[in-house]
Amino acid sequence: MPPILSQSAQADRIAPAATPPELLRNFCIIAHIDHGKSTLADRMLQLTGVVEERQMRAQYLDRMDIERERGITIKSQAVRMPWGVVDETTGEVVPYALNMIDTPGHVDFTYEVSRSLAACEGAVLLVDAAQGIEAQTLANLYLAMENDLAIIPVLNKIDLPAAQPEKYAEELANLIGGDPEDCLKVSGKTGEGVPALLDRIVAEVPQPVGDPDAPARAMIFDSVYDTYRGVVTYVRVVDGHLSPRERILMHSTRATHELLEIGVSSPEPRPTAGLGVGEVGYLITGVKDVRQSRVGDTVTNAAKPASEALPGYADPKPMVFSGLYPIDGSDYPDLREALDKLKLNDAALTYEPETSVALGFGFRCGFLGLLHLEIVRERLEREFNLDLISTAPNVVYDVTMEDGKEVVVTNPSEFPEGKIASVREPLVKATLLAPSEYVGTIMELCQSRRGSLKGMDYLSEDRVELRYTLPLAEIIFDFFDQLKSRTRGYATLDYELAGDAEANLVKVDILLQGETVDAFSAIVHRDKAYAYGVSMTEKLKELIPRQQFEVPIQAAVGSRIIARETVRALRKDVLAKCYGGDISRKRKLLEKQKEGKKRMKNIGRVEVPQEAFVAALSSDAGGGKETAKK
Amino acid sequence: MSGAGVPGAAATRFGVYLHVPFCSVRCGYCDFNTYTATELGGGASQASYAASAVAEVALADAELRRRGLAGRPVETVFFGGGTPTLLPTADLARMLDAVDRTWGLVPDAEVTTEANPDSVWAADLQALRDAGFTRVSFGMQSAVPHVLATLDRTHDPDRVPQVVAWARDAGLAVSLDLIYGTPGESLDDWRRSLEAVLALEPDHVSAYALTIEPGTRMHTRVRRGELPGVDGDDQAAKYELADTLLAEAGYGWYEISNWARRPEQRCRHNVAYWRSHDWWGIGPGAHSHLAGTRFWNVKHPRAYAQRVAAGELPVAETEQLTAEQVADEHVLLGIRLVDGLPLGAEHRATLHELAADGLVDPDAAGAGVARLTRRGRLLADTVVGRLVA
Repeated sequence: MPPILSQSAQADRIAPAATPPELLRNFCIIAHIDHGKSTLADRMLQLTGVVEERQMRAQYLDRMDIERERGITIKSQAVRMPWGVVDETTGEVVPYALNMIDTPGHVDFTYEVSRSLAACEGAVLLVDAAQGIEAQTLANLYLAMENDLAIIPVLNKIDLPAAQPEKYAEELANLIGGDPEDCLKVSGKTGEGVPALLDRIVAEVPQPVGDPDAPARAMIFDSVYDTYRGVVTYVRVVDGHLSPRERILMHSTRATHELLEIGVSSPEPRPTAGLGVGEVGYLITGVKDVRQSRVGDTVTNAAKPASEALPGYADPKPMVFSGLYPIDGSDYPDLREALDKLKLNDAALTYEPETSVALGFGFRCGFLGLLHLEIVRERLEREFNLDLISTAPNVVYDVTMEDGKEVVVTNPSEFPEGKIASVREPLVKATLLAPSEYVGTIMELCQSRRGSLKGMDYLSEDRVELRYTLPLAEIIFDFFDQLKSRTRGYATLDYELAGDAEANLVKVDILLQGETVDAFSAIVHRDKAYAYGVSMTEKLKELIPRQQFEVPIQAAVGSRIIARETVRALRKDVLAKCYGGDISRKRKLLEKQKEGKKRMKNIGRVEVPQEAFVAALSSDAGGGKETAKK
Repeated sequence: MSGAGVPGAAATRFGVYLHVPFCSVRCGYCDFNTYTATELGGGASQASYAASAVAEVALADAELRRRGLAGRPVETVFFGGGTPTLLPTADLARMLDAVDRTWGLVPDAEVTTEANPDSVWAADLQALRDAGFTRVSFGMQSAVPHVLATLDRTHDPDRVPQVVAWARDAGLAVSLDLIYGTPGESLDDWRRSLEAVLALEPDHVSAYALTIEPGTRMHTRVRRGELPGVDGDDQAAKYELADTLLAEAGYGWYEISNWARRPEQRCRHNVAYWRSHDWWGIGPGAHSHLAGTRFWNVKHPRAYAQRVAAGELPVAETEQLTAEQVADEHVLLGIRLVDGLPLGAEHRATLHELAADGLVDPDAAGAGVARLTRRGRLLADTVVGRLVA
């Protein structure tokens, strides 16, 4: 085993801010959730000596509880690790600084993944030797190949009895070209093969290239809010040099900040004399909001700014919307405060106050996708102790009226009345991987979700890649659940946005005794309006308690009623007698009734317990948890 | 307990409830505090029960004196159960005598006992009348054998006319108790029961919707699917039928579940509950109300007997009502009576809404009184909810 370099004089040659590009290697790991990325990273941290045995804890880099519990990485990070390789001609140990950039592993964060990839020259393609490649990994692999990254194929978990390294090595070779023999076989659990992998990284990942004398340009690939330090910005320096105390300029916002601290993570933050060409590290400027330090933006020197920004910057754009309401209305100010705090660390989260007849005061929130929604909601509930109800998620619709007026709809209840010329909805390009026996059932599902088949390839004899274009709205409902249950969990899905298209969409309203219940309005394809109307009215019929009058529940498209159920009038609620003068028992029932009344919402004259709305909405929102396991 | 300071408390009418916690058979629907054993150990038995009750009367009197609430004669006495007539008539007479000697009965006091049609005889009824009882309430429940069987009632329905006749001969006013909405009871079954009652021309009729309480045998049977549960719509239809037939026969409702031929035949003891008068409940698990304080006794006859024997009031818990609770109860209880509930101007708007919904009488509402319509009587909880919540 090569010497650990931190103790050696050689270590000076790779000191931060003074490491020549030829001794730097920047790489990331592309892997599906559960394929062992974090465990492999743990082994690398130990082998290179940056984390001592006694400080080691499982999944060291996953900081948030939710990340560790769900086994997914939400935010990326970078770790600098020393690694020595024996020069074959001189026999001396040459030290290298390896920067491992962790990439978020979910479809909602494709943009963040693309920025992480742009900070690297190479990628380790990590695949579970018992499961083979998944759709998500495949998508990220294509992204890495488009970025011209050197790909090192690695099969992990070779210690598992179910491992089939030969079969999947073949599959990987087919995907990226080359020999199955080029595929490294490792075990993150036992550490087997990990030193060889580090050697391969040094040998195959190209050194970074940049102009040390040009004005400084560094790309932000992550930005994290820390309670004590404010925003910590992770950058990859492309040209020039960044030093402590200098004033820096953010290219997109033109804001300038003083560089209070600059350093590298190994993996705990360590201040340095700066960062040079090809180096990866962090910046602290004292700003409190990640929106001032945006992923993809270019950092330059304020006094001597680079004229041109690095390519690829894009504003995060929310694609999925949902109303978040506190179950207890008095929690509204707490919800606002919690969202304000989350926003500090989440540049993609948007929210605006919204009032619902059914649910009271809340916020219409925008998310990158369903997982993003789930994570935000879970953090609000867990970290801020809020009980929330979220409305069924929806996408953004562009509505053009016959008079040419355009309306952007993020909340179905705001869908315009009147003559509509056209409605456009966002589309996605979806990639589905599954054993070939499920092709039929997947096609059926995609067809029923208005998908159109764009292509189909066999990755190996029994594994198929299907490519579809689908409306985003069809994916955010319960598509993933359906896919999983119809393929016994074998199919995997990835999707990316692919523009928008006109569609025959209508708004279905749900009315209680003639009054629209805003929280249940939905925009659906005309062919599915009836099904939605029937299922919602049936569900509400079960949930709404009988009142002293008959309550019609209707579903309507415009003024046309498409479904109807009736809650029959309550005829009797009085208790016949009091038991031996036990008035207290009767009064307590009344006190319970009074308490319950506080949680009642009035829709016209109909009293509906909040729980009924919660139940009607949450049975639709199902699948979020499953989605997260993707 | 502190009620001495309540102004006018001593002026409030005073009654006594006597609980007799024994039955020969426990009915499947019953969740009252009652026991079928004759010997309950620890000095508690049917034989010694009257002595314990008499002892509680003395303790109650001492407490009333201590609180400055004594000195009121008793206007109504009600023996309930359980099955009071399971005790020897002499025991019932002895308990009533203790009440009379301790507090005094007003000259026209109403003294009622509940009775099971199969455990009384002509001589018993005569003896009760002689002891000062004025009224008997028979637990008839139904005239239909299969309904009685579901209710675990053991009496022969044909015996009811007999006991009613004996009671009349003895000079007792007669009330018949019915239960409607029993699983398996058809609307025709219910009509038969009502017709049987009307044929006997009682002075007073009570009709209670069956409620199946958790913990009862019937509840278990429903949960297991052996019996259908009660249905609110079915009970509503039966209530309406009862109210119609009774009204046609000249009986007027004066409380949601009670009808009388003439106002003076109403059960005054019953009305006292809904008017929040004062009463002392004697016996295990009995509830009392005194000047804004509610309290109730320990439930088990043995614990009860021991407490009383030790010279202690057998009270289990006491509840001092807050002003809001008093106000809530005023509405909750008073709304059930035919006289209606006079309400303040702040309720005017609600009252008119209730009248528009057909739940209260519009004429009375115009005068600021909430008087339930028949529909309103069935939906009294809704009405109360609107008025207090």
